[in-house]
Amino acid sequence: MPTLHPLHARTPPVRPEAEHALEPLPDRPTEVPLPWSARLWNRDAVRRAVILAAVALLWELAARWQDNDLMFPTFGQAVRALVAGMASGELVAKAGISLSVLLQGYGAGVLGAFALTTLAVGTRLGRDLLTTLTAMFNPLPPIALLPLALLWFGLGRGSLVFVLMHSVMWPLAVNTYAGFQAVPATLRMAGRNYGLVGVRYVLQILVPAALPAILAGLKVGWAFAWRTLIAAELVFGASSGKGGLGWYIFQNRNELQTDRVFAGLVVVILIGLLVEGLVFQALERVTVRRWGLQR
Amino acid sequence: MPSLAAEPPLLEVAGVSLEYRTDERVVRATHRVSFDVWRADRFVLLGASGCGKSTLLKAVAGFVPPAEGEIRIEGRRVERPGPDRIVVFQEFDQLPPWKTVEENVMFPLLASRTLRRREAAERARHVIEKVGLTPFARAYPHTLSGGMKQRVAIARALAMEPRVLLMDEPFAALDALTRRRMQEELLALWDDVRFTLLFVTHSIEEALVVGNRIAILTPHPGRLRAEVNSHEFDLRSQGSPEFQQATRRIHGLLFDSDDASGDEPAPRPALRTA
Repeated sequence: MPTLHPLHARTPPVRPEAEHALEPLPDRPTEVPLPWSARLWNRDAVRRAVILAAVALLWELAARWQDNDLMFPTFGQAVRALVAGMASGELVAKAGISLSVLLQGYGAGVLGAFALTTLAVGTRLGRDLLTTLTAMFNPLPPIALLPLALLWFGLGRGSLVFVLMHSVMWPLAVNTYAGFQAVPATLRMAGRNYGLVGVRYVLQILVPAALPAILAGLKVGWAFAWRTLIAAELVFGASSGKGGLGWYIFQNRNELQTDRVFAGLVVVILIGLLVEGLVFQALERVTVRRWGLQR
Repeated sequence: MPSLAAEPPLLEVAGVSLEYRTDERVVRATHRVSFDVWRADRFVLLGASGCGKSTLLKAVAGFVPPAEGEIRIEGRRVERPGPDRIVVFQEFDQLPPWKTVEENVMFPLLASRTLRRREAAERARHVIEKVGLTPFARAYPHTLSGGMKQRVAIARALAMEPRVLLMDEPFAALDALTRRRMQEELLALWDDVRFTLLFVTHSIEEALVVGNRIAILTPHPGRLRAEVNSHEFDLRSQGSPEFQQATRRIHGLLFDSDDASGDEPAPRPALRTA
């Protein structure tokens, strides 16, 4: 015997209809500001500063526990050497030399990557050229090219710029091209619909649409360029007495002035943080974040 | 439009076959499709998915070259995309996200070098007002709703004053209420500007409401089944017996490829079988 209810018991009851007058809204503000501590903690800069302070504290504690100035100076000693280096102008001059070489190499790399990727979106042969060349050269450490560069361009700025260009161009080209390929087909068709072709098409449609990927490539390229530059200076030292930060680090290590070695390293880190925090973040804020391409 | 019948058609699609090419095979999307669109027509391409209606629209836009036959605008053969045929796509990402509403509307005017910046801004203001987006002229697309984005795309297309406005299921990604509003607005704009429209849809109701003439395509590959007049229908006629009869008849033409008149004995004065 099935225990199901009779059919009429499974039809829901017909209830009376109802129309309501809208409930009046409470006389209370709909927005309440957060407490100041929460607002402070919501700022990226504050949270990052706390992380930096924690790292500095750990450093200081570890160095005191080690108690060996020659091997591992304390944070305080490094800061004093940094301030002294800055005051004498030596560190500033070294950083200036490094940065000017860096910017030249970086700029050359960016131009090279742009030329390659523009060629790659235009023609099939260009695409093959880009994929083959990046597959060949991207894994090659720039430092490995340094002996060759020294042979070709001599001991000086030319060699450094060549090696830097090599370190920036390939990763940036790979990222940019990946970004171009991810541009939605509709957007491409819209651009072509308005008669955009060639470089105008790349500049007005592909570059802005692929900007998140391009910015990522620029950041990676910037970091690679820094590493390569410092390493190159460490390997072959100064050119005609005008070395950069890498040379400063190397020289002071030879003279066992370890606190100055750390001061040099700190400058490298600080420049990296500044460029990341000011240049790239500002760039992202006025572009990809504003456009809703990236959160 | 008896007064316009003396001039030649604006857009002629003559025996057009379109083919997709993959690495392994060639797929025929449409087979020898022919139709004419006259000035100020609201011409609808209607069919189930796979009938090549979107591909046909892309061919008129110049993105897909015909494998056979040719497409002419004012007697000139279509060979590449151009700003005389502006496309409104279904996808919302047709608006460059790095441009505000105003800049988006100005974009084709500047990119095609139709107008200088100042005149482009002037015209952009005018069409943005027409689609009712003046308060949002400085907003970026990602802050707009889907319906507003489509309005921007329509405004952008109208600003160009194209010979033919091409719409590829422009309202398909919208919710039903917004879609109805947009159809209403599109018809009001047409009444105002009298542009020529080629409109792709898979909805019989939308075809009847939006179009004044409907080309019905059957799938695999797309072939022209019929051309039907629908100029007497608008949004208010939805639900009327004539509207429902027209819906049934088109339904029959779409799905019973040989016997379209099974339960529908009405005469078909405007029908031209392909």
